[in-house]
Amino acid sequence: MDASTLITTSAADLAGAIATGEVSSVEVTRAHLDRIAAVDGAVHAFLSVDEEGALAQAAAVDARIAAGERPGPLAGVPLALKDVLAQKGVPTTAGSKILEGWRPPYNATVTQRLLDAGVVILGKTNMDEFAMGSSTENSAYGPTHNPWDFTRVPGGSGGGSAAALAAFEAPLAIGTDTGGSIRQPAAFTGTVGVKPTYGGISRFGQIALASSLDQPGPCGRTVLDTALLHEVIAGHDPKDQTSLDAPVPPVVAAARAGDVRGLRVGVVTELGGEGYAPEVEANFRATVDLLAELGAEVVEVSCPTFEYALAAYYLILPSEASSNLARFDAMRYGLRVGDDGTRSTEQVMALSREAGFGAEVKRRIIIGTYALSAGYRDAYYGSAQKVRTLVQQDFTAAFARADVLVSPTTPTAAFRLGERLDDPMAMYLNDLCTIPTNLAGNAAGSFPTGLTGDGLPIGFHVMAPHRADDRLYRVGAALERALTDRWGGPLLNRVPGPATTTEVTR
Amino acid sequence: MSEPILSYADALEAYEPVIGLEVHVELNTASKMFCGCSTEFGAAPNTHTCPVCLGLPGSMPAINAKAVESAIRMGLALNCSIAEWCRMARKNYFYPDMPKDYQTSQYDEPIAHDGHLDVELSDGEVFRVEIERAHMEEDAGKLTHLGGETGRLHGADYSLLDYNRAGVPLIEIVTRPITGAGARAPEVARRYVETIRDLMRALGVSDVRMNEGSLRCDANVSLRPWGREKLGTRTETKNINSFRSIEGAVTYEIQRQAAVLQDGGTVEQCTRNWLEHLGETSFGRSKEEAEDYRYFPEPDLVPIAPSREWVEELRATLPEHPTRRRNRLQAAWDFSDLEMRDVVNADALDLVEQTVTAGATAQAARKWWTTELARRANEAGVALDEVGISPAQVAAVQALVDAGTINDKLARQVYDGVLAGEGEPAEVVADRGLAVVSDDGALGAAVDAAIAANPDVAERIRGGRVQAAGALIGAVMKEMRGQADAARVREIILERLG
Amino acid sequence: MALSQDEVARLAQLARIDLSPAELAHLAPQLDVILEAVARVTDVATDDVAPTSHPVPMTNVFRADEVHDSLPVDEVLAMAPDREDDRFRVPRILGEEQ
Repeated sequence: MDASTLITTSAADLAGAIATGEVSSVEVTRAHLDRIAAVDGAVHAFLSVDEEGALAQAAAVDARIAAGERPGPLAGVPLALKDVLAQKGVPTTAGSKILEGWRPPYNATVTQRLLDAGVVILGKTNMDEFAMGSSTENSAYGPTHNPWDFTRVPGGSGGGSAAALAAFEAPLAIGTDTGGSIRQPAAFTGTVGVKPTYGGISRFGQIALASSLDQPGPCGRTVLDTALLHEVIAGHDPKDQTSLDAPVPPVVAAARAGDVRGLRVGVVTELGGEGYAPEVEANFRATVDLLAELGAEVVEVSCPTFEYALAAYYLILPSEASSNLARFDAMRYGLRVGDDGTRSTEQVMALSREAGFGAEVKRRIIIGTYALSAGYRDAYYGSAQKVRTLVQQDFTAAFARADVLVSPTTPTAAFRLGERLDDPMAMYLNDLCTIPTNLAGNAAGSFPTGLTGDGLPIGFHVMAPHRADDRLYRVGAALERALTDRWGGPLLNRVPGPATTTEVTR
Repeated sequence: MSEPILSYADALEAYEPVIGLEVHVELNTASKMFCGCSTEFGAAPNTHTCPVCLGLPGSMPAINAKAVESAIRMGLALNCSIAEWCRMARKNYFYPDMPKDYQTSQYDEPIAHDGHLDVELSDGEVFRVEIERAHMEEDAGKLTHLGGETGRLHGADYSLLDYNRAGVPLIEIVTRPITGAGARAPEVARRYVETIRDLMRALGVSDVRMNEGSLRCDANVSLRPWGREKLGTRTETKNINSFRSIEGAVTYEIQRQAAVLQDGGTVEQCTRNWLEHLGETSFGRSKEEAEDYRYFPEPDLVPIAPSREWVEELRATLPEHPTRRRNRLQAAWDFSDLEMRDVVNADALDLVEQTVTAGATAQAARKWWTTELARRANEAGVALDEVGISPAQVAAVQALVDAGTINDKLARQVYDGVLAGEGEPAEVVADRGLAVVSDDGALGAAVDAAIAANPDVAERIRGGRVQAAGALIGAVMKEMRGQADAARVREIILERLG
Repeated sequence: MALSQDEVARLAQLARIDLSPAELAHLAPQLDVILEAVARVTDVATDDVAPTSHPVPMTNVFRADEVHDSLPVDEVLAMAPDREDDRFRVPRILGEEQ
């Protein structure tokens, strides 16, 4: 297999080829490292590339296979890791200056499971600072560019991971999702991204944003690849006492079957209409019709409190984040500014945080501090937590009538870099469809279902009840099969610029 | 610069003291509250730390089952209700000894609440202290201040941090305002903490040593004119490191606040530091503005809902109640109420019990612990159980007295020797040659010498004044440096002088 | 529900961020807009609704009281901004422990 084939082959097929010895993991890894070298100057999906480490991991997998060991389902396949997850000895910045140069002395559980499974970690991907954002423009290290149109954002906060997939720099990626940070970039880049049921994947080692909302999750170019990755990283972790002590839902089996006959699909009335781009709405309707053609039963459901979800989210998140980010105080690690021997600890803390945090982070910390402060806590934080209860109740009622709920993933396709930077509220509106599932803790994913007239990807959002993550893959796989057929090939074949035809120089 | 104080009597005449006590008990679990690092004391700095207790980015807490169990048992022993459902909470504030810049604690849902502790005072009166709550939390790291005055925070140039202690489990016990103790408030405070100490020891959940920090006490004091309902402004005194200091600090604060009020001033709401060497409190930090800790439920830990079955299982593991234990021991030892009270007031109950177990009679044990050893402890300024003599050694000393090898007076020299590190009591007796001489030959010679030196006394004895023998016995004892069996000496004298 | 610059400054102090005057001026109106938008949560947060702090209902997850290896002290201090021997070094502290 030549290099250009290697970078466009699915993770599942790469794993198969590596397992049979048709190609080595080192070759595969090399091809992807070369691809990164060739295109990442323009894309800027990666904050750091661990060439030495990746090749060593790849060589180790090859050696184990040569020794007769049976490799796991993704052994030897390269992956891009969002820079919010700790990887021992490797720079981990969370997209912030305050952690520039920090190398964790430990691995996140997700990282460890990847390494144990023989997945090769190529490097750490770009993200909005501390995962606060919907465009990756809040990264302290410069934005990532959408491979479909370099003048546009790839989405956020996990824009780097999604862009790495769409630019064929890696066949697999890990993101984290607090309000849509996996799903919205997936929609903007024509890739697959899943936020598992809360507690489905361990948060130990994931730099926390909002602890009651965060979930690490799998990202890929295909539904099966994403499902395979899901099974590698999911499962109970005693180090995360909020992780589910339950079997991982059968996501791979669901991805392989992809059968939606008899599945009740609920269209959420409140997630659509005014404020949604017409092409997005049209694509959504067409996709729902497709599901009906494939045998699903479509119903309309109403979730009236979803209207308040955004407001509740932008109170709960800053509150928890203001507490989670307090530890960045320049005492034990991270940026320290102003320690010239004359200043106090209090002053050094304040100067370091001022210098190390970007504007959006400061905004949210201040809001969170306010929302929790004496006299305001009940009205703000307390009320938001009540809205959360109401959102959960709406979901429960809706799931009594439907097996999955659907909506567009985002109101619009990818917007231009700089377009929404000065208007925080406009930026927050990106997350309208994705936020309710973070509040309620159930599973959701985004699947690519078409392009706008401008050639920009559109995502279809599927939501499942707690612990029914497999239903997401069932729907995603059915759509993928039908649409790929209709399109005559995967959507990502149409990414402009170097993809299947690139000559990758060694 | 000392602040003015009123005499205690004057203070109490004008004002009623109201106190509140916050006691922290450091649990003796093997691992920390939220991680598996060892809690063992005395390790080299930062060698018992991990991503969790260092609060590294991405770390998450995992709550210690034994700590929860201990908290429930402590709550039950304090007659509290155990919450059916409660959560941990984050107490948010910035301080370098706190790795996360929040403490994982409990806020409005403590695991135990609404209890009481009956405290016995020196004259046998029992005072009930109402307990508002007991909750779980974690300790902070250890700060050392350098560059300024000796180890004090103010004026230090910089500080060093050791996080070994960060994350060690603590249980905080908070009383309701203690009213009605009147002039005995300082004693109530001390006895309350001592009783908690007894209870925790009996439960086996903590070492509860004030001088090691496994038992800590902050004392809140306020005054109000007699008969007034509204509470006065309270101060919180910290840095109290012994039971005696509790009593001293409360007493001083009463006197100091009384002087302020008497002078027409208002008591400033603040924390104060107890200065042991001066017997005073000094101003610490103003608390006029309440701290805003922005409490919210800890999202990284799920709620704790102890089943009623589990609570009852734990209730069955509670040790004997201190009062019942005291009554049982008093009966077993056949002590009078006064004798028992002496033992309790000297804080010698456990020590007497252990000495009896080591073989001494209860009366002998009581004798030594409440007199000789109590005196030594007072002189050295240490607690009785830190005096340097073990119960086993006391029993050994008494055994030597019972065998006639030494007498009570010589025993004191034996204690000196043990404390000087010369070895066990028997060794000290041998090395110092303290054994009582019972060899009749030697004794006879000494008696003859005494008779010869005191002919008038000898005459009186011959004449039938037996009591005069005392002077001769004294002379013999002096000659023999106390190492004579006094009773035998008397016998010999009377034999000689018929 | 206007947030004055003074209030923002107080919040920044509470959060230990030394905001510049320019930032304060810029931030206050932005925060206002956001707070107005999120205040609508009070419309539906009535007394009969219980708050949710944990999205998935679980209770009683505990860890056995067992000692595990700690980090080697070099790794603990490797990323320290300043150290003296095996302890973290920090500038002089003004405030007192709580």
